[in-house]
Amino acid sequence: MLKNRIIPCLDVSKGRVVKGINFLELKDAGDPVEQAAFYDQSGADEICFLDITASHENRETIIEIVKRTAEKCFVPLTVGGGIKNIQNIRDLLLAGADKVSINTAAVNDINFIQEASKKFGTQCMVIAVDAKKVSENKWEIFTHGGRNNTGINAVDFAKQAEDYGAGEILLTSMDKDGTKSGYDIDLLKKVTTNVKIPVIASGGVGNLDHFYDGITLGGASAVLAASIFHYGEYSIKEAKEYLNSKKVPVRL
Amino acid sequence: MLLTIVDYGVGNLRSISKSLEKANSESNLNYSIKISSDMTDIKKSDKLVLPGQGSFKACKEGINNIDGLHNELNESVLNKKKPIFGICAGMQLFASIGHEETKTEGLNWISGEVVKLKMSSEDLKIPHMGWNEIKIKNTSPVFKNLTNNDHVYFIHSYEFTPKDKSVISLTTDYGKNIVAAVSFRNIFGAQFHPEKSQRTGIGILSNFLKI
Repeated sequence: MLKNRIIPCLDVSKGRVVKGINFLELKDAGDPVEQAAFYDQSGADEICFLDITASHENRETIIEIVKRTAEKCFVPLTVGGGIKNIQNIRDLLLAGADKVSINTAAVNDINFIQEASKKFGTQCMVIAVDAKKVSENKWEIFTHGGRNNTGINAVDFAKQAEDYGAGEILLTSMDKDGTKSGYDIDLLKKVTTNVKIPVIASGGVGNLDHFYDGITLGGASAVLAASIFHYGEYSIKEAKEYLNSKKVPVRL
Repeated sequence: MLLTIVDYGVGNLRSISKSLEKANSESNLNYSIKISSDMTDIKKSDKLVLPGQGSFKACKEGINNIDGLHNELNESVLNKKKPIFGICAGMQLFASIGHEETKTEGLNWISGEVVKLKMSSEDLKIPHMGWNEIKIKNTSPVFKNLTNNDHVYFIHSYEFTPKDKSVISLTTDYGKNIVAAVSFRNIFGAQFHPEKSQRTGIGILSNFLKI
C-alpha cells in the first residue's frame, strides 16, 4: 500500500538554514546539509529545500549545497526558489536534486511547465501554489511572499498546471502559514478533489492532529512542515507513530 | 572495474552515482563509477546503469540521438552479456513497445509493453508517487536479501507489462499488482528508484555491483 509522506522543509538563505534548530546531534545546525542528513536518518520520506533569497548570486550557493546533500541523503530531494528557466532546472538535477519546485515562473507563464516537463519528465515537476482566501470558497494566487495578488484562481491554476505536466502540487495557504492553527482544509479539499496528481499540504501545522486532518479531511498525499520539526517540538518518528496509531498509512 | 551510468541527457544522474558510490564503498568493492555518453567508456565498462526520466518516447529519442549508442547497448548487453540495471523509465525501455505520447519501439530486450496506469479507484492519484511496499515474486541475484513489505520509492504514471511473467522479480500493490522489478539473464531493472530508497535501495545496488 502506498504510504502518506511526511516532508520536512528547510528554508535556506545565503547557504544557511533560516529557521534554526537546536538538535544536539548536529555539529552545525545552520548547515542545510547536516540537517538534511539528520532528517534522512530520522525517517523523513522526502526533504525539501526552499532557497528563500533566491538571488542570482545565490544560485551557485544552493547548487553547492545540493551537491553536498546528494552525498549524504538517500531520500528524494526537492529544491525550490528562484527557478526561472530550463538551465536552472538542469543545473539542480545535475547537482543531485530529484525534483524541482516552481512557483513564480509557472504563474507568469504556464507554458513553462509544459516546456520543462517535456524535457525532464512530469515526475520532477512540483508546482508550488501559494494561495490566499479572497472570499467565501475562493482563493487566489499570491507571489513574492504574499505581497503580490495575481488575481488567478488557485484551484483553476492547479488544474491547469496538471494539464500542462505538473507531477505534483505543493499547496501553501498564505493565511495559515506560520499560524500553527492547522492547514486550510477547505482549500486543500477543493484542490485534491479537482486534480488527479498528488497534493502536498503546506502552511499552518502546529500539532500532530493537523497532519491527520490534512491527510484524512483534506485528501493530501503528503504533508509538509517546517518549524514543528526544526524546533524539536515533535520528531518525524513521533508524527509517524501518531498517524499510524490513527490508521493512516505511513512508512515506519 | 568500471561501471558507466549512461548519460543520454535525462535523469538525476548525480543522485544515482552517489548511491552507487555508497554501495561500492560499503561492499568494499573497487568500481569506478562514471557518468558518460562516450562510446569508448561504454565499451570498456564491466557494468551499465540505464537511468530514465521523462516520457518513454523522449528517453528513446535521447538514446537514438547519440550516434552509435543504440547499437553499442545492444552489443554490450545482448552479445557481451554485460550486466545492466535500468531505473524507472530506463527499465521501461527494455520493453518492445511503449505507449507514452505515441507508440514507440523500445530496446526490445524483454518482450512486453509499457502502458498507462489505469486505476479502478478514483481515490488513487497518478503518478503513483511515494513509498510503497514490495512483494517478492522470484529470487534474482540482484533482488535478493529483501523482505516482503520493504519500502521503496516510486514515481511513475506508466507500467511495464512483460509477456513472460517469470521475469517479474518484485511487484507492488497500487490498486492492483504492478511490476516493481524485473530480472532476465544479465538484464535487471526497477520501476522504483533504488537511489532514493535508503537502505533497501543501497542494498539492491550493492547486489548489482557484486554479481
